[in-house]
Amino acid sequence: MHLLKDDSAADALRGPTSVEQVHAREYSAHLAASQPSMDHLDQLEAQSIYIFREAFARLKKIALLWSLGKDSNVMIWLARKAFFGRMPFPAMHVDTGKKFPEMYRFRDHYGKEWDLDLRVEPCPPIDAVDPTLPPAARSAARKTEGLKMALAKYGFDGLIAGIRRDEEATRAKERVFSPRGLEGNWDVRDQPPEFWDHFNASPPQGAHLRIHPILHWTEADIWAYTKRENIPIIPLYLSQNGKRYRSLGDQDITNPVASTASNIDEILVELEQTKVPERAGRALDHETEDAFERLRVAGYL
Amino acid sequence: MNMIVTSPSPATPNGTTRPQVRIVIVGHVDHGKSTLVGRLLHETGSLPEGKLEMLKAVSARRGMPFEWSFLLDALQTERDQGITIDTTQIRFRTNSRDIVLIDAPGHAEFLRNMITGASQADGAVLIIDALEGVRDQTRRHGYLLHLLGVKQVAIVVNKMDRVDFSADRFKEISDEITAHLQGLGVTPTAVIPISARDGDGVAARTDRIGWYKGPTVVEALDRLEPARPLEALALRLPVQAIYKFDDRRIVAGRIESGSLAAGEEIVIMPAGKIAKIKSVESWPVTPVAGRQGAGRSVGITLDRELFIERGDIIAHAGTSPRETRRLRARIFWLHDKPLAKGDQLLVRCGPKESRATVVAIEKAVDPGELESRENKAIGRNHVGEIDISLSNPIATDPYTENPRTGRLVIEVSGRIAGGGLVLSVDAGQRAVPVDIVPVESALRPDERSARYRHNGAVVWLTGLPASGKSTLAKALERRLFTQGGSPILLDGDTLRAGLNSDLGFSAQDRSENIRRLAEVATHLARNGHIAIVAAVSPAREDRATARRIADTAFREIYVATPAEVCESRDPKGHYAKARAGTLTSFTGILNDYESPEAAELSIDTSKRSIAEAADEIEQMLKASGVLFDELADLAANI
Repeated sequence: MHLLKDDSAADALRGPTSVEQVHAREYSAHLAASQPSMDHLDQLEAQSIYIFREAFARLKKIALLWSLGKDSNVMIWLARKAFFGRMPFPAMHVDTGKKFPEMYRFRDHYGKEWDLDLRVEPCPPIDAVDPTLPPAARSAARKTEGLKMALAKYGFDGLIAGIRRDEEATRAKERVFSPRGLEGNWDVRDQPPEFWDHFNASPPQGAHLRIHPILHWTEADIWAYTKRENIPIIPLYLSQNGKRYRSLGDQDITNPVASTASNIDEILVELEQTKVPERAGRALDHETEDAFERLRVAGYL
Repeated sequence: MNMIVTSPSPATPNGTTRPQVRIVIVGHVDHGKSTLVGRLLHETGSLPEGKLEMLKAVSARRGMPFEWSFLLDALQTERDQGITIDTTQIRFRTNSRDIVLIDAPGHAEFLRNMITGASQADGAVLIIDALEGVRDQTRRHGYLLHLLGVKQVAIVVNKMDRVDFSADRFKEISDEITAHLQGLGVTPTAVIPISARDGDGVAARTDRIGWYKGPTVVEALDRLEPARPLEALALRLPVQAIYKFDDRRIVAGRIESGSLAAGEEIVIMPAGKIAKIKSVESWPVTPVAGRQGAGRSVGITLDRELFIERGDIIAHAGTSPRETRRLRARIFWLHDKPLAKGDQLLVRCGPKESRATVVAIEKAVDPGELESRENKAIGRNHVGEIDISLSNPIATDPYTENPRTGRLVIEVSGRIAGGGLVLSVDAGQRAVPVDIVPVESALRPDERSARYRHNGAVVWLTGLPASGKSTLAKALERRLFTQGGSPILLDGDTLRAGLNSDLGFSAQDRSENIRRLAEVATHLARNGHIAIVAAVSPAREDRATARRIADTAFREIYVATPAEVCESRDPKGHYAKARAGTLTSFTGILNDYESPEAAELSIDTSKRSIAEAADEIEQMLKASGVLFDELADLAANI
């Protein structure tokens, strides 16, 4: 496991290729052992790569939404696999300005190490956001507004987002290629059919698509793959003083859960036994029954 | 009681040690799908902590008795309508399987969502209300499971409590649905009497169904097999893209069936070109050795530079797919407007797309009724068989030979409108591709360029009728020949008299005309000649196709003479006839000429003499490396 810790930043910077070399050895050993049949993670990976390549082939101008969390880091890794080393489109961080310091350090370090075309986009002040939303949802909705501003600025016709079906009931209803209206809104009642890996990739003029390459992954899959591929993580995910973050959002609306898992193996054991939902620490999910769906219909991830 | 003992080794994610099976629950609306799902989650101990209590509290607050289906109806909109709108995916475990449950709506209006869900499934549970029996939506879903290729189907007869757990009623329904499914070639893996509300038959064989000796629902799910990648079939690697991010030219795609390895000879369909796999590229370690099997997303490099494009299929010589412009498919239709004979569509077969026309429709039927057949149109949510004519050749297989490549989807206005199975492929008039082994020339390119003092090229003159294309083409031909070169004129009208005499002036025929011109010109260019093509070629997309075919040899010249000048010239009298209405589909006066956006050269012949224009073309050909300026260049080229 490769961690970017405060006190080990120098260690992490030791050599830009050392991580990949170590990883490369593990990977080739893995390949040799598994040919030609594929295990569960291989299948997930192959499917995600297929989706990335379809998005890149069929849309004109795409970007990957990098939230700095475990899921979007796995996405970047998969994109580098899909395109043989370097992600050929921008990584966009829509920055609320309220993330944890560890997250900003991670972004600045790996944005360079992974040779990302990084675009950091600001969010509007809280006053500009729908005041009828409950406080945490309103805060999260700032990000949706920031996203709309970034869309208007660059004219992307596709945004790649790291949501998963197992996270939350409304996300389970998503398509892999999910059309958004001109205002970035999601029409859950009129989603086009999507089957046999054929995707609807023709958004109307001015509208855009959300592309979800890891929609079919679970939280446990993400961790098992992170471990297998030795993908760097933010240490907030690991237990300190009996608590860890299962999901990272803004500092003021994200809480840690009780946990003793201090490495990925222990996280996997914990997930095997827990019945606490992943987003339990996300305040906005608990405000009202439909706050999350209202956000998503308006274009929240 | 079963205990889960935590092993000292780290937990593995779902499925690395236990098979993961995706199942879909389908059936008529209100026959109890959501109730069954809620009950299954409870019986297998899969509910998140507090979820049941939360929903019971919500029910109490709304003054409604608790229903198991509330578990799935998590969305506000669903609670309002009382029906499941879309597929949700829920995970739970049986003794030996990880189950991903895809709930699919029974309401006919949401058939597109049922298909979206069911298409991802390894197996299906078809649920039938014991009181109501087999209904139209039951039959429709059974039919769609067959069309979607879902082979493992368990039948659940629900609400047995409402028929007093009658074995006779159960047998009646069981016989009817089994006969229906077997008629479609699907044999149910089990038929199970249950009461989802009370729990009978779901995880336990209760006394009330004591007469039933088969598996419970949980046991039936435990016996489902995950879909296996199709490694035993012939290699099919549909090309998603060609990447040139660095000095490698990587052909990327997912192996749908079979396997491949570096060193193997492959054939690229539909063109039938042969090459060898030089390497299998990957990241972070590359290249990778060993066989790559079905299901893997790969990237390969080839031992020679061939024109390959997205949608081509890579196969092994001898077992390549058939190339066709005509195929027959059994499809389901989801679009509001019925599909009718003569409709123009977009067909997708893997990453390949082609415009298409519906030539014939047969056996159109509502799969819920299965009685009133007709042969004119396929209505929304109905099925039927269609003959399609394709404007571009597609390489495909009948679905009986390859379930992955033998299926297609149909798009209308950029939205998926239907899909189905390829029943048969008309191989057309071309020889079987296995026999096509292009003979390489005895001459090396540099031998030819040393003699002609130029490289091969396709000089493509596009512009309105009477803009001066042919005049310029002839002047250029004369000039290059005088200099010792080998120019060859390909005039659009001249080729229409012979090679292209089967083509008319529809958009489709114009595209084919351009494609053939480009193929002939490219062959000449590869053999060192300068092919000078003079063709109106009004469609930007068609010219883009020509550029793709000729690749780096392509030089586009836009003869940009103003329309009024062209009409005043009118050497063939076409403008006059078109104005008089005796000549239709004439590009000159219809304003349907799409001018080039990035031509290598643009010439207005109303402002230049022919000699001046030919000078400009010659300069462009020199500057872009076609004509050799001096002997020094020739030496550099050798």
